[in-house]
Amino acid sequence: MISYIIRRLSLGIIVLLGVITITFTIARIIPSDPAAKWAGPRATQEQIQKAREHLGLDKPLIVQYWRYLKDCIKGDLGYSLRTHQPIKEELKAFIPATLELVIIAFIFATIIGIPLGIYSAKMKDQLLDHLSRLFSIGAVSLPTFWVGLFLQLIFYNKLELLPLGGQVSNEIKILYEIPRVTGMLLFDCILTSNWVVFFDALKHYILPCITIALYPIGLVARMTRSALLEVLNEDYIIAAKSYGLKDRKVLWVYALKNTLGSTAIVLTLSLGYTLVDTFLVEAIFSWPGLGNYVATAVTTLDYPAIIGVTIFSTACYVILNLVADIIIALDPRVRL
Amino acid sequence: MDSRIYNLMEIIRPRVKEVGFSFYLLKKNKLTLAAFYVIVALFVLAILAPYIVPYPSHISDEANVANKLLPPSGEYLFGTDELGRDIFSRVIYGIRISLTTAILAVGLAIIIGVPLGAIAGTIGGWVDEVIMRITDIFLSFPPLLLAIAIVSIVGSSLNNAIIAIALSWWPWYTRLVRGQAVSLKERKFIQAAEAIGTSKWKIIFSHVVPNTISPVIVQASMDMGGVILTIASLSFLGLGAQAPTPEWGLMINTSRNYFLNAWWYSIFPGLAIFITVLAFNLLGDGFREIMDPKTRKR
Repeated sequence: MISYIIRRLSLGIIVLLGVITITFTIARIIPSDPAAKWAGPRATQEQIQKAREHLGLDKPLIVQYWRYLKDCIKGDLGYSLRTHQPIKEELKAFIPATLELVIIAFIFATIIGIPLGIYSAKMKDQLLDHLSRLFSIGAVSLPTFWVGLFLQLIFYNKLELLPLGGQVSNEIKILYEIPRVTGMLLFDCILTSNWVVFFDALKHYILPCITIALYPIGLVARMTRSALLEVLNEDYIIAAKSYGLKDRKVLWVYALKNTLGSTAIVLTLSLGYTLVDTFLVEAIFSWPGLGNYVATAVTTLDYPAIIGVTIFSTACYVILNLVADIIIALDPRVRL
Repeated sequence: MDSRIYNLMEIIRPRVKEVGFSFYLLKKNKLTLAAFYVIVALFVLAILAPYIVPYPSHISDEANVANKLLPPSGEYLFGTDELGRDIFSRVIYGIRISLTTAILAVGLAIIIGVPLGAIAGTIGGWVDEVIMRITDIFLSFPPLLLAIAIVSIVGSSLNNAIIAIALSWWPWYTRLVRGQAVSLKERKFIQAAEAIGTSKWKIIFSHVVPNTISPVIVQASMDMGGVILTIASLSFLGLGAQAPTPEWGLMINTSRNYFLNAWWYSIFPGLAIFITVLAFNLLGDGFREIMDPKTRKR
């Protein structure tokens, strides 16, 4: 068990080193001169040369690679070409807003997706099962960014119920102080019991959260259904039923226990996809998160920022994968 | 008949039979069958697009400002966009673009992934170890993110988007084919080939690779939906197709400036993406159920 975890950990480290190497390779095949970009559009030859030295681009490739590797391990992701600020600090400012969306979406996925999957398995091949299967496949087939637009069209334009975008209304921003503790707005409002801002923000959260949650809900429902169906066919369930235990107890206590592991794994694995999905949704809802940061970086060709976000998200993804693997290892059936 | 062609036919025939058997099973699942017909219809529309769309010239940047942003009507089924172009014509043409780019991206991923998987599985040892660790590294990027990083740095275009998607998709094929190759190694005909001294390369490319074709094709059909969605997402971010290409994601991106007074502009390209991706996902799901012996029995 311990040796398995150690093996997985060392594999995780190799993977992270590989990720850094790949991003370094991508960053070095750029046709344009990053030093010229850093120095600005009307820089003299001298200034560009200075920028090159400052960025370490005058050193041999292998030295550059070594420096890059060391910086990455220390968590230093370099400087943005656009703002000349350390990317690490910029990410810190943008991550909480994105993280909050992802967390809420995952809460939705758990409280909607799992029961949906359970009932779907219980009523296999009945109407509810067909509907929920169709919903699950539909949810993973929808272009998320388009769902966002669609919801805006209905709830903002036609029904005039919910705001178009942003985290809080402009009036609220002017009249009230926006709390900033962790950077996660709803959480901060609760911490400072700032209820006016909280309820205004809540309205802004509804549409983006629903949009993002669709994919994990569909995935979790599908996974729970198929895992549960597999378990329900096993001998111990038949044995439990033949003892005269109530169907309900068999389903919720005996069967469910053995499916939650695979559901948890799907949840962690779908996080990578959801994170990138969130980027697209943020662009639609003008959300002050990582997605907007990436979108600006893409349009201004600020590639150190893009690479920074890539490394950060990938590192998160790798760590989550590790967690999922360890969850699997905790299952005694796998240990055999 | 040329003996070479004959040999090729002999290699292909059993695969065709396998595919035929899959279709037999497919027919038993109505939803999957419906999805299959939708896909066939999409391909037909894509091929015939230039002949059936009402305004074939509207796929370029031809401007007709007098007719801009007209709601759907008999003349313009899906309305018009900000340049007065017929959205219906552009959406139908978009099928062509999405299907070809997706096929190219998946094809490229197969060309990279399959030989690597066959080599890893057949040769084994440290070669296997190195190739599989590299696939692990590529698979640890969140989907789409690697493609975003590559395209935004190399430059935005549909071709770069195809390459970027292939670069982030090939490891799935390597994993699949490696697994197949490992089990094929135990089979008599491979051992016989080894015993008579056939070279490793010949074994890999004329015995192992052809025997992995059907799972690879099934996997490819399952991947199509995801790849189409990825291309649309990249184009939506401005990283894929460039104007005036009638690409769905790009159309949705442009429509954002007008969508509050022209709902039809964003709705129809989005529906096109949804229907196409849904059809491929349903087909893939059907294939998965057909191949999984556990669900097949039930």
